[in-house]
Amino acid sequence: MAAAEQPADPAGTGWPARLHVVTGKGGTGKTSVAAALALGLAAGGRRTLLVEVEGRQGIAQLFGTDPLPYEERHLTDAPGGGEVRALAVDAEEALLEYLDMFYKLGAAGRALRKLGAIDFATTIAPGLRDVLLTGKVKEATTRTTGQRRAYDAVVLDAPPTGRIGRFLNVTAETARLAKVGPIKTQSEGVSALLRSPMTAVHVVTLLEEMPVQETVDAIAELTQLGFPVGRVIVNGTRPPVPAGRAVTAAELKRGLSAAGLPTDGRTVAGLVTEARDQQIRRELEDSLRGELVELGLPLIELPLLPDGVDRAGLETLARALVRAD
Amino acid sequence: MPSEDAAPPLDVDQILADPGVRIVVCCGAGGVGKTTTAAALALRAAERHGRRTVVLTIDPARRLAQSLGLIELDNTPRQVKGIDVEASGGELHAMMLDMKRTFDDVVLQHTDPAKAAEIFANPFYQAMSSTFAGTQEYMAMEKLGQLHARGEWDLIVVDTPPSRSALDFLDAPARLSRFLDGRMLRLLLAPARSGGRSMFSFVTASFGMFSKVVQKVIGAQLLTDLSGFVAALDSMFGGFRQRAEQTYRILQARETAFLLVAAPEPDAVREAAYFAGRLRSERMPLAGLVLNRVHEPAAPQLGAADSLAAAERLAAEGGHEGTVEVLRAHAALAQQAVREQRVAARFTEAFPTVPAVSVTAQPADVHDVDGLRTIGEAISRR
Repeated sequence: MAAAEQPADPAGTGWPARLHVVTGKGGTGKTSVAAALALGLAAGGRRTLLVEVEGRQGIAQLFGTDPLPYEERHLTDAPGGGEVRALAVDAEEALLEYLDMFYKLGAAGRALRKLGAIDFATTIAPGLRDVLLTGKVKEATTRTTGQRRAYDAVVLDAPPTGRIGRFLNVTAETARLAKVGPIKTQSEGVSALLRSPMTAVHVVTLLEEMPVQETVDAIAELTQLGFPVGRVIVNGTRPPVPAGRAVTAAELKRGLSAAGLPTDGRTVAGLVTEARDQQIRRELEDSLRGELVELGLPLIELPLLPDGVDRAGLETLARALVRAD
Repeated sequence: MPSEDAAPPLDVDQILADPGVRIVVCCGAGGVGKTTTAAALALRAAERHGRRTVVLTIDPARRLAQSLGLIELDNTPRQVKGIDVEASGGELHAMMLDMKRTFDDVVLQHTDPAKAAEIFANPFYQAMSSTFAGTQEYMAMEKLGQLHARGEWDLIVVDTPPSRSALDFLDAPARLSRFLDGRMLRLLLAPARSGGRSMFSFVTASFGMFSKVVQKVIGAQLLTDLSGFVAALDSMFGGFRQRAEQTYRILQARETAFLLVAAPEPDAVREAAYFAGRLRSERMPLAGLVLNRVHEPAAPQLGAADSLAAAERLAAEGGHEGTVEVLRAHAALAQQAVREQRVAARFTEAFPTVPAVSVTAQPADVHDVDGLRTIGEAISRR
């Protein structure tokens, strides 16, 4: 795979890889970040593919579309004439497609499914399931039409941090089961792509203790397994407040009075409590940010979207991720 | 908050104190504080209600685990020391689930040592016991069944695995049964059962084609391992299924209370609503919703718009910087509270009779017994 040897950033997006694997602890917004990245990388006339593999239909929910089929479909236009396409990979369908491609199964493939063979195969050997899922992602990433790559970038909404190492480490899982044969060959091809500069694994986190801890753990695991870690993406950050001491009740009372607001004891005490909690939260966030900085990886902070992640919000995130030059 | 006006209030203390309730299952999406909630409820049951309690956690945060004295994953309940049970006479035990070990124990229980050794050595068993989609869910239920059968505890509090979807954990027993009952498995077993040398020796025309394809795709060595695994498992089928069905019935019984745990975010609330529907259709006892991480202004009488307008006015005039900051932060908090109520209302509108309680977001994460106690007080609104 000659193309795998060169990191690809012909468009100067600042994201030099062709396959972007986005992981993160559950609840950190990795699906939104993956979608925003696909949107950002498609801007200016490029074409990207956004892939999900866990059967959650998170992309469809995010974009308010019908459930995605196992088929690459137009998802949305990107600013400047680009296009984001989407695909929900299903292990069973991928296996049938794979069998069809290599063995021209046709009706026999359908018979296999009727027998429950597909369900059986992907149940008893979960490693096989992951090879099929990642195999499809690899196929889309390396596919060419004519002289051109089918996609300028593929963004994978990957399993969460707790499962990411095992998910990507397909060769280890299948080596246990298949010592020779096409599954072995397939998993080795996937492994080569995932460990090449063509791939970057990005970890999404929040400035909260558990997500940061899992980010640190996942990066250690990924690095040890030899996967290229890209960026740490801090989601939902708030603008920094000017460093200062906590406001006193007396000060606040004067301020409220100047603003023509009530200065009764309950209001003042309530606001002081809020300010104190805010201060505690900010200090914790600063210390967590420090832990992330220590990882020595490029860090991107995305703003908290007060109105939730709607289409406009996704474009805001896309612009924050991929700076248009 | 309005969403709570719609839903009846959830009285957690009533559940924890009820001697008829022997199992509390906490379930919900990942990242909503499920483990912390389970630990806080268990602590409260021991300290306040004098119950001999065990909490089964799946994947606790390191520092939370340490605070419960869980330094190693040894699959055995350990008593939590240093809690305040003098007055109540309760006890708190805690354990972390070791999925593989639980699976091994099940195998050992259902077969003789020689056969067990054969199963343990099979690569398919190794793959399935550590990575089978659903193994963690199934083993959590298995462990629950074991703890329940021992009858040593007044109350078992279970934290459920961070499943891909809430469904996984309810489906695990059924999925395993389906898997064991599957036509495919029977097909693979037929020759082994009839004493045939090769699993495909009896081939019919279509099965011959099938076996050829399978051999081509996965290789002959793999088939041999698979057939060995399946044959070994065969001896344990009855036991497996029986246990899965038993656990399922325990979950339906009146001694069980399901608590949904969510945060006021669209995904978590959607998951909770989905789960509530599932529990209803499975006839499993849903006790209520614990809505974690709810933001509530401490000065609710001051509205967001007024606060923001005043902040901008002060800022334009100059001076009072401290007050400007406080008012801006208050406005943001009040807006967030309104948004969260809207999101939470989606659940209560769909399930108006499910009792609910909101737990205010803590400024910092919880990782000691004192923190758990505070959470327990917040959940029970004391």
